[in-house]
Amino acid sequence: MSAPLAPAAEARLAPAAEAQLEVRDLTLSYDGIRALHGVSFTVGAGEIVTLVGANGAGKTSVLRAISGLAPFGGSIRFEGQDLRRVPAHRIVGLGIAHVPEGRGVFGNLTVHENLRLATWQRRDRAGIEADLERVLGTFPRLRERLRQPAGTLSGGEQQMLAVGRALMSRARLLLLDEPSMGLSPRLVQEIFRVIEEINRSGVTVLLVEQNANMALHVASRAYVLETGAVTLSGTGPELRGDPRVREAYLGA
Amino acid sequence: MSRPLRRRWDWLLEQRWLLPGLLVAGLALSFAIPEYGLLNRYVQMVLMYVGINIILAVSLNLVNGFMGEFSLAHAGFMAVGAYTAALLTMRVLPVAEFPALFPVAVLAGGLAAALLGLVVAVPSFKVRGDYLAIITLAFLMIVKSVIENIDAVGGPRGIPGIGKLTTLPWVFFWAVAVVWLVRNFVYSRYGRGVLAVREDEIASELMSVHTRRVKFLAFTLSSFGAGVAGALFAHLLQFISPRVFDVIKTTDILIMVYLGGIASIGGSILGATLYTVLLEILRPSTVAALLSWLPAVVFDPLNEHFIRHLGVWRMVIMPLALVLVMLYWPRGIMGLREYRGFIPRLDREAHRRGDPQGGRRDGAAHRD
Repeated sequence: MSAPLAPAAEARLAPAAEAQLEVRDLTLSYDGIRALHGVSFTVGAGEIVTLVGANGAGKTSVLRAISGLAPFGGSIRFEGQDLRRVPAHRIVGLGIAHVPEGRGVFGNLTVHENLRLATWQRRDRAGIEADLERVLGTFPRLRERLRQPAGTLSGGEQQMLAVGRALMSRARLLLLDEPSMGLSPRLVQEIFRVIEEINRSGVTVLLVEQNANMALHVASRAYVLETGAVTLSGTGPELRGDPRVREAYLGA
Repeated sequence: MSRPLRRRWDWLLEQRWLLPGLLVAGLALSFAIPEYGLLNRYVQMVLMYVGINIILAVSLNLVNGFMGEFSLAHAGFMAVGAYTAALLTMRVLPVAEFPALFPVAVLAGGLAAALLGLVVAVPSFKVRGDYLAIITLAFLMIVKSVIENIDAVGGPRGIPGIGKLTTLPWVFFWAVAVVWLVRNFVYSRYGRGVLAVREDEIASELMSVHTRRVKFLAFTLSSFGAGVAGALFAHLLQFISPRVFDVIKTTDILIMVYLGGIASIGGSILGATLYTVLLEILRPSTVAALLSWLPAVVFDPLNEHFIRHLGVWRMVIMPLALVLVMLYWPRGIMGLREYRGFIPRLDREAHRRGDPQGGRRDGAAHRD
């Protein structure tokens, strides 16, 4: 039976097909306390989208909901698939990788073991080796440190490891939670350069940052999150020019 | 250790034949020792306790060391294995005619404990850390009081007159089998998952590790080991009662694990051996014999007030030892390190955890 054209055309017409990630009316509570009050935003394939906001605005909660770490209300669709009730360990298989806040590097395991863990559910040896080579190509520093316990790496190297580990899974969407946290200004520049490089290789990036200045520079579009709701959105340059953003987040 | 000796020791540990050689020699000895009376019966019995304790320590290390949780339930699973196996050999299996059925009873003891382990794990692993410790402690108490209240298994009086079916070769066999099982688990995909869970559970989940399944499997396998050890224990002591499997028993196993070192199979083998031998030395008669050279003025009061009451003092000394080890020597003898013979060849290159010397052994320069 030849594949009918209709479903494909239909998929192209559906709004979900436009956005790689579509978040609608997302609500989330911790022990009965609302952290998100109906957050909606979209991320198109190949974009860098950033969520900026102060401490406690709910940025991390949005990522936790996408990754299946916390039950949520509303809807999250990735490439048309509903992510409700998809457990965290299956999210990676769908093509989403999440670099958590504070990196989540396994300190007592070697760099190599850290990288291998990202392929925990896969059995294709050759493919895993190829992914390892690809990631080590992006982060040459990690190759030098493959056998070292990850806990002995510097903060910047650990962040590179956390990102490299996420890329081991061939993710199409990368969720980054505060990648600049605790890094020196020079290393922050470096990590943002890497983020742009990864994005150019075809990976969509959803970036959560307190460093609004850097985030708005690399982002194609941005959303401002305040006390659990989106209050502003626009392209990177638009928001950088917005007086409210300048006053609240850019300190200008 | 002097340098040349150290080098020779390292060379010895590198040898491919070491592990199979030790296994064959051990098996041959386990048959020869009782057959030809190479060691007296007392020493033979101590050896069997060493083997049983190795099983207990290695299996508990899976949960408390590799996974980084704190379970206090091990003696409870041991009780389940002991009672299951004892009831089987005394009432069901015709072991008198067919002694070869003994391993079936031991296996059944292990499986019964494993099954219960899974049942306990499902609700318990919703929590971590202190809460899990408390739940496992509660489980240990439940097992004890359930057994105490079933008259069919002797209630608080326990089961006397169990056949002495545990022999040195069987202990050797089961110790090797359990160590082999745990070793293969640790170096499997699941083992890696267990290590990741210890480090950071959320990050493991984000790395696609099915953390619930990993934890259940580790706990079930750990319980299986305790059940096997309990079955062997029952048929060595020939008498079991609920009191044998109390929190003191769990404490003993905990000390072996933390003394030997967390997340190390080799460490647990060492810890169990050292601890068992130490306990034997600390018996009143042994200590009295060892200290008999002291002048009577010193010896007599010492004997009167301390040595003769060592059985009670043990209750003080052993928990204190556990506290001291965890405070001042949290890594134990070989915490987070492993005897190289247990590490699969493919993993040795990658395996450098917490071993500052390790990175240089194969000549690779440590660049920094």
